[in-house]
Amino acid sequence: MPKASLKIVSDKTKIADAPAIEIRGLSLVFATADTPVIALSNIDLSIRRGEFVSFIGPSGCGKTTLMRVIADLEQQTEGEITVNGVSPREARQARAYGYVFQAPALYAWRSVLANVTLPLEIMNLPRAERQARAAKYLEMVGLTGFERKFPWQLSGGMQQRVSIARALSFEPQLLLMDEPFGALDEITRDHLNEHLIRLWEQTRKTVVFVTHSIAEAVFLSSRIVVMSPRPGRIIDVIDNSLPGKRTLDIRDTSEFLAVAHRVREALYAGRSYAD
Amino acid sequence: MSVAGLTQGTRPGSGAWRRLAEGRTLPVLTVVLIILALWYVAAVGLNAPQVRDRLNRSGQNWSTSDLVAATWSMERPVLPTPDQIAAEFYKSVFATPITSKRSLLYHAYVTASATVVGFLLGSLLGILLAVGVVHQRTLDRSLMPWIIASQTIPILAIAPMIIVVLGNFGFIGLLPKSIISMYLCFFPVAIGMAKGLRSPDPLQMDLMHSYNASRGQVFWKLRWPASVPFLFASLKVAIAISLVGAIVGELPTGATAGLGARLLSGSYFGQTVQIWSALLMAALLGAGLVYLVALIERVVLARMGMRR
Repeated sequence: MPKASLKIVSDKTKIADAPAIEIRGLSLVFATADTPVIALSNIDLSIRRGEFVSFIGPSGCGKTTLMRVIADLEQQTEGEITVNGVSPREARQARAYGYVFQAPALYAWRSVLANVTLPLEIMNLPRAERQARAAKYLEMVGLTGFERKFPWQLSGGMQQRVSIARALSFEPQLLLMDEPFGALDEITRDHLNEHLIRLWEQTRKTVVFVTHSIAEAVFLSSRIVVMSPRPGRIIDVIDNSLPGKRTLDIRDTSEFLAVAHRVREALYAGRSYAD
Repeated sequence: MSVAGLTQGTRPGSGAWRRLAEGRTLPVLTVVLIILALWYVAAVGLNAPQVRDRLNRSGQNWSTSDLVAATWSMERPVLPTPDQIAAEFYKSVFATPITSKRSLLYHAYVTASATVVGFLLGSLLGILLAVGVVHQRTLDRSLMPWIIASQTIPILAIAPMIIVVLGNFGFIGLLPKSIISMYLCFFPVAIGMAKGLRSPDPLQMDLMHSYNASRGQVFWKLRWPASVPFLFASLKVAIAISLVGAIVGELPTGATAGLGARLLSGSYFGQTVQIWSALLMAALLGAGLVYLVALIERVVLARMGMRR
């Protein structure tokens, strides 16, 4: 009996200071018509609360799939994963994460405001609270004054900012961002990168960020996970503690270039023994 | 397109005439005039044998212009001329009280009410079927073949059955006709609506999944609004064929009222002018109903912020 109660106590403490994401020996194999595709092979990764972690790698390295497993949009075939100390499914049911997709995925029949309040409606929050939160997060992404516009009236960058406000609006502890700026031009992208890093500094949420761009990964992240395809796996995890405040100018410093160089080396190493 | 725009840009002409030439009015008007001209020629050709017979029997001398004039003013021509149809149409629409059985408006009203009731029933049935088919794989596999098969049976074959069976239960008049309309018009609604309910892209669905939304929430907040443009596209088809159904439903009953009855009695008595004016009325009614649905579509989509 005392044993059991002890176990509950330790479970509780485990949840309280559990890492944001804990992955052990995770693999995912897609059964296709001819040969099974190994999308993820033996992934081990631990992400602490408040970290900004980027997954970088060439197409087909499984970075999006790994993110979808974290979000319970895909299930692993082997291994274990916990999100906030519980299974991804329970985390999803507890609305523990906000997901920003490659495309804005806004609903065309909803105004900017109504798009941001969508998750809040689903959570049955009272109307006043919905409006207040939407106003707060639209301001945070610099879209105050656009509440009544419809998605087609906005540029691609603005649409993606709406989708970020939507992910923030229900105040999840964890933000999953899957190449959110991939389809945008470089100027808009730079601008949104700077926006995002300020946002992270303000809120200190755990962010998992998928990208193709080395510069983006080095600029944003506190840790960079380099992945490689066939089979999708982690080949290096690079700590990135650039000194000082991160502004776009930092990209010309030698420290920045050194980290970018390490990432590039790792990517090349991964490629050489994949083909 | 761009070349035409350029040449017109360099040659400023009179505003009204240019609008006419560049817009759709002039081409449409030209086609209408050509059709009318061909119609009068065809009326001469088709009506001439009868007229020639009559003129010959009368024993008088007659010229070609006599022949042409006579073919354009017969009482029961094979092909009445547009002016005869217009005159009959005017007489039976504007010069006859609406309560009279000779009023074309009265007949149009009878057919229109069966059309609208059938359209509403059919649309409701179509939407319900689509919702079922989209949410239940078993329903998709068991119902879909029947939905498609139902439309391979000629409506002319099944209409008398429906009327006889329903008449047996004491249903006559509006309801059997509406059922036939419903039978025709649920189909495009079911197909279009099913497509619309499945139209949200995977990301939009994933988003709902990530919010842990219930099936009901996914339906009302995503599937239903996404399907609205598809629904209206089907409704425009549905209302047009609903009218066909109502008219077909009036044929085998020997109905005494409605555009179908008007067509039938016209053909019994060789009243071709009456048939053509009923036809004109049916065409106008169809166009009017489709226009009405299109108007509602415009308002609804504008309110939903959808670009059109």
